[in-house]
Order: sequence, then C-alpha cells, then structure tokens
Amino acid sequence: MKKLINHPDDVVRESLEGFAAAHADLVRVTMSPATIVRVDAPVTGKVGILSGGGSGHEPLHGGFVGLGMLDAACPGAIFTSPTPDQMLEATRAVNGGAGVLYIIKNYTGDLMNFEMASDLARDEGIAVESVIIDDDVAVNDSLYTAGRRGVGLTVLAEKITGAAAEQRRSLPQVAALCRQVNAQGRSMGMALTSCTVPHVGHPMFELPDDEMEIGIGIHGEPGRRRVKLQPADAVAEMLMEPVMSDLGLKPGDDVLLFVNGMGGTPLTELYIVYRKAAEIAAKNGLKVTRSLVGPYITSLEMAGCSITLLKLTDDLTALWDAPVRTVGMRWGI
Amino acid sequence: MSNTVITLDEVVAWILAYARAISENRAMLTELDAAIGDGDHGANMDRGFKAVSAKLQAGGTDISQVLKTTGMTLLSTVGGASGPLYSTIFLQAAQACAGKTQLTLQDWIVMMDAAAKAVVARGKAAAGDKTMLDALIPAVQALKDAAVAGLSLADALRASAKAAEDGMEATLPLIARKGRASYLGERSAGHIDPGATSTYLLFKTAAAALAQPQVQARKW
Ligand SMILES: Nc1ncnc2c1ncn2[C@@H]1O[C@H](COP(=O)(O)OP(=O)(O)OP(=O)(O)O)[C@@H](O)[C@H]1O
Ligand SMILES: [Mg+2]
Repeated sequence: MKKLINHPDDVVRESLEGFAAAHADLVRVTMSPATIVRVDAPVTGKVGILSGGGSGHEPLHGGFVGLGMLDAACPGAIFTSPTPDQMLEATRAVNGGAGVLYIIKNYTGDLMNFEMASDLARDEGIAVESVIIDDDVAVNDSLYTAGRRGVGLTVLAEKITGAAAEQRRSLPQVAALCRQVNAQGRSMGMALTSCTVPHVGHPMFELPDDEMEIGIGIHGEPGRRRVKLQPADAVAEMLMEPVMSDLGLKPGDDVLLFVNGMGGTPLTELYIVYRKAAEIAAKNGLKVTRSLVGPYITSLEMAGCSITLLKLTDDLTALWDAPVRTVGMRWGI
Repeated sequence: MSNTVITLDEVVAWILAYARAISENRAMLTELDAAIGDGDHGANMDRGFKAVSAKLQAGGTDISQVLKTTGMTLLSTVGGASGPLYSTIFLQAAQACAGKTQLTLQDWIVMMDAAAKAVVARGKAAAGDKTMLDALIPAVQALKDAAVAGLSLADALRASAKAAEDGMEATLPLIARKGRASYLGERSAGHIDPGATSTYLLFKTAAAALAQPQVQARKW
C-alpha cells in the first residue's frame, strides 16, 4: 500500500484536522464526536440540512458544508456510517428553530444510525425529517436486496435542497423537494481500478489491466459485471443507456448531466466521457441545460467515473443556479 | 462441577474475552467483509470493543449496568450496520436482566431472545438473509431446546455456541438479501457472512467464560 498517510488508524482524524485548519472561514469542526458545521450555524428560521456517511468520498459531505448547501456533515470511519451521537450533536448545532432535514444515502448502516439519531433528536423536541437517496440503477430494486444505493445524485440533492432552505422554505417543503430530486435523478458508475482502504492495506478487489467493472458503487465493492476494457465512448454508452431508460426521459426534457470522477481519474478523461455522454443525450432529444464535471463523490483513489442525469424543472434549475459557498462547490457569490 | 448461575464477574470476563477474540480475528473478519461487503467489519468491531474494554477494565457493579455501558459504547464507536445491531443486542440484554445480581439459564434465554427479536426489528432481516441473524437465531433456539431437555447451564451455553457455529457455516451458500452484500446478488454466494462470524464468536466466548466453576471464575 502506497498512501500519503501517517498511520492507518489516524487517517480520518488527521484529515479532518487539516480540513478544519484549511477552511476555518467556512466550517467549525469538532473531533469528539466528529462533526463539520457551517461556521454561522444555527441560522435562525432556516431548515438545517444535515448529511453524513463514511469518509473516503471527499469532497462529499464535509466539502459541501456552507452557505447554500449543507449546514452540517457527520464523517464516519472510511466507508463506514457515522454514529448516532455525532448526528445528534450536529442536529443540535444546526437547528435554527425550523427543523432539520437528514439526507441519507441508502445503505443499511447509514439508515439504522440516522434512524436512531432522529429518535433521539425528536425526544429533545427537534423536528426532523429524513429523505433517502437511492439513485444507483446498477442495483436491482427488489425485495431481495437492500435497495438501490445512494451515489452521485446525493451531490445534486444537497445543492438543491440547500438552496431551498436558504429561501426559508419549510421543513415539509424542503423534504418534498429532496424527494422530488431523488425521483427525477439516476446514476450508474464504473471502475478501472479498485481502491485500498487504509486499514485493509490491499485493494478491495483485483481488476486485471485489461478489464473494467461496470455498476460499482462508491465503496470499492465489486460491481454487477466485469467486462473487457473498452474506449471512453463505449463506457459512456454503457452508463448512459440504463440511466436514461430507467428515468423514462422524453425528447425535449431539460436535464442536468453530471460526470463524476471516482478519485483516481483525471479531469482530462472525465471530459472525454462528458463529450460522448452529451452527444448521446442530444441524440435522444434531451436538452442538457446544466452540467457538472469533476470528482465530487469519490471512492478513495479508485479510477473510474459515474454518470448522473437529473430531469430539471424551472424550480430545480433556479435552485441549482442559486449562490453556494462551500469548499467543494462555490458560485454566484 | 460447573456453576448453575452466571455472575457479574463472569459477564465482565465474557465481554473482555470477546473483545480479545475480535481483536485476534480482526483480519479474518475484514477479509470476509472484503469478499462480499466493504471490508470494514473487523475494524468496526475492534474499534468498538477496544473502547468497551477500556470502560470495563475496572470491572462493574451491576450486570445490567455493564451490559448497558457496553451497548452505549458500541453505539457511539462502531458505526456501520453492525454498530446499531450489536448495540441493540447488549442494550436489550441489559433491559431484560435489570435488577438481577446473577443469571440463571432462564434469565439468559429471556435476554438473548429479546436481543434477537430487537435485531430483527432494527435491521428488518429474517433468517436465511445471510446476516448475523443466521448465527443469532439458531443460538437462541439451541438455548431454549437445551432448557427443555434439562441440560445444565454450561451445556446449554456450549450447545448455543455450536448452533451459532453451524448457523455461521450455513451462510456460505446463501445469497445475501440484506446489507451491503445484497448488492452482489448471486456473487455473494460461496462466502461466509462476516456478521454471522462475529456473532458466533460472541456465543463461543460466552460458553468459555460464563457458568465456570468458582475457582476458575476468579482467575481472569
Ligand atoms: N439488516 C440487517 N440485519 C441484520 N444484520 C445485518 C443487516 N445488514 C447487515 N447486517 C450484518 O452486518 C454485517 C456487516 O457489518 P459491517 O460492520 O461490515 O457494516 P457495513 O454493512 O459495512 O456498514 P456500512 O455500510 O455503514 O459500512 C453483515 O455481515 C451482516 O451480518
Ligand atoms: Mg462492512
């Protein structure tokens, strides 16, 4: 294992300490329990937007704490859900009297920990709503699985609900909006290489030089199938087709096209994928009116990408364009 | 002659022994989870039980309190799916034995039964879904069967460890329906479930640490 770390046990803490030192203008960081909170929280009268999950997906979630996006993030150990005490602490810190929305990626661990946290928060009289993001079309949504994973769409949901909360929309309204985003967006990812969790010390799965894994999530877990390595254009087709057909998009629909890097793929390559994905969208009559390209929800140093499509409405577009000032996303200000 | 009751010291010794077993088997649990999950089960459990160990070094004053401390510590240190689930086991067991200064086989059955039911309620999984329940449910059933058959407490604990082991091994061919492993679909078959393995260790250490002859019980 070749990593820029000191000791595997200290990765999350030391990274968080560096994050706190670098971005004291935007966030307040507590270490025990670990929380990342917007520097001016709680914002009176505003719904607090809170998310969290395992570490290793940076800039998600901590990098999205700030004006116009998240009020707080709870980082867990690498690829491991955070704990209820972290969530409760963060909930208290961001409750400005209008309640708190939990944006939860659909993983068993995250669900159970957030569920326990919301019970504790409600016991303290804080209004809490939860929305589960489950956009990964690579997973069959059936009785026989834990359901679809929450992946790329989480980034877009955090941006859009954050903007709505900034407009002082109510907790039920912001929660409904988040559910709308989840209903109108889908993603699919692929990997060229696996990734190594520091305390494991070796790659999560072996991927020969001439093969790639289609349908991976964001935790280095193996995907749905393994195929021979193919050019970027073919990869874009493999990801776009299932996403488009699952969303049931119609010609003329406005969409946001998001090509996400998994951590180890340079922007140069992501733009090659974007080029083809946009071409496929156009060929299907879709109007790509907004786009995002870059490593926003990563899987440590995994090479690969995911594609997310979100069907836009005028409301969603305006919220997407609204000002945001976070470590990972910043515009309009 | 083994004892007919479980003492406070033994409960503490059991949890400390389990913490050691987790630490010793950390790499193995991680390997199992890397095959069908995300490779963090060993680290998750070890992080939690190291914290529990530190809290219990001084022993305890009350069985229910020791179990509750264990559950609360796990809740704030483990994370993942196993954090809330293992926490639930200890918190339920604590509730079910509140006020008792020693535990009979009947008490132990009531505690483990409550724990298993609460894990089902929290995780919404069932037997055969390839989870820790595949070790937990048979272990509880074996305790009940042992009581009906009139076995001693020590023999009942051994029977539950054996049932948990069999249950763990029986997860090998199963296709996971809950947790991360379910994303793999049929590719999850052919691997033993990591959570079932850590649960087997829980019952294995219980059989070794609980209901010991008095002389031995003081040795830890
Ligand atoms: N719904 C469930 N009910 C009972 N046990 C479960 C459930 N989901 C997962 N498990 C158990 O949890 C074990 C995995 O625990 P682990 O500590 O690896 O958490 P995790 O699933 O990786 O959590 P996270 O997704 O946050 O990383 C599985 O092997 C399984 O036995
Ligand atoms: Mg795991």
